[in-house]
Amino acid sequence: MTEVAPENDFESIPGTYVQDAAHYQNGYGLNMFCMSLNNAENRAQFKEDETAYINQFDMSNAQRKAVLERDWLGMLQLGGNIYYTFKIAAFDGLNMQQIGAKMSGTGMSFEDFQNMMLNGGRPIDGNRFKGESDNG
Amino acid sequence: MANIFSGMGTSHIPAVGAAIDHGKQGEDYWQGYFKGLEPARAWHAQNKPDVVIIVYNDHASAFSLEQISTFTIGVSDKFLPADEGYGPRKVPAVQGHPALAWHLVESLVLDEFDMAISNNMPVDHGLTVPLSVAYDAPAEWPVKVIPLCVNVIQYPQPTAKRCHDLGIAIRKAIQSYGEDINVSIWGTGGLSHQLQGERAGVINSDFDNTFMDNLVNDPIANTKLTHADFVREAGSEGIEMIMWNIMRGAMAPKVEELYRFYHVPVSNTAYGLQILKDSA
Repeated sequence: MTEVAPENDFESIPGTYVQDAAHYQNGYGLNMFCMSLNNAENRAQFKEDETAYINQFDMSNAQRKAVLERDWLGMLQLGGNIYYTFKIAAFDGLNMQQIGAKMSGTGMSFEDFQNMMLNGGRPIDGNRFKGESDNG
Repeated sequence: MANIFSGMGTSHIPAVGAAIDHGKQGEDYWQGYFKGLEPARAWHAQNKPDVVIIVYNDHASAFSLEQISTFTIGVSDKFLPADEGYGPRKVPAVQGHPALAWHLVESLVLDEFDMAISNNMPVDHGLTVPLSVAYDAPAEWPVKVIPLCVNVIQYPQPTAKRCHDLGIAIRKAIQSYGEDINVSIWGTGGLSHQLQGERAGVINSDFDNTFMDNLVNDPIANTKLTHADFVREAGSEGIEMIMWNIMRGAMAPKVEELYRFYHVPVSNTAYGLQILKDSA
């Protein structure tokens, strides 16, 4: 089954999890759990007992573990989408730069990430194709 | 006959809304950014249309993975700010324009753009931050708004060309609306940014500025970009830039650029703003 048209070679892009058909199917339960946190009553229940709350959703054990451990990169690798998993970050009071640093997979600190952004962001040169950089 | 009054591209970064809502505009981090907005806000204060079509994307607020529509028009007379996970923004409710919204639906579908129709869609930062960019924090928004929500999250998103073509059809729809009103269109999102993965934080100023140059001088060039071009060059969330093509398609073939502002960073994103007007 071809999921992505040939001109859309996403595979060669480093450090990027594209929301294609396979990602959609793998991440459906995880992302729908995240979406449920839009509701204040659900947030209260999740706060009360995180494990009991996520057990109500159709998620794999690996996805549950990634949520409970706040493994931000792991959630993406297991089908999570950033706009959905960010609901958990908002629940934790974290901002996009804090989890951006954690997703870098290099042990980068929040301060390092912030400084990288202040200096113009992660350079595009060296980050277009896998193998050009450490992000592959 | 309704008239196309102006076009604007603007990023819709949630941190901008938070900075305005929590009075942080004077902080060091934000001063340069809000200074750059001043000429745009002064222009908007003097140049108010009756209705703005805001082309934006929902971020898992009104719509989820349960059902994904490529293009959705909001036909309600009122749209409430969404709870995105930390309580709704304390900004005014957005007033719709059902008559023009239904005219758009009819004209576009008969023109073979199969729009989804929504009467109940809370609107998130994708729509309310552009209003804050233009109008700051008024007690009521000074314009009526038609939300046009685009799927930019799930592959395959509409192509860059399809977005431009939709804009052309929107222009035709506006110009066939019976009432003499002024209608503006805003394309929102972008510019280069990647929020996710090991490559989070990627910014590509050359790509962004070329894209904005092309919106003025060679909009067809921007219709030739593939999904992978956007993701590779502008980051995974940079693909939101396709929504600026909808705005541009609704403008005349020749436009004047009244103002441009580009600022890096705002949070993890390259902020861009561009105001366009049809050439006389």
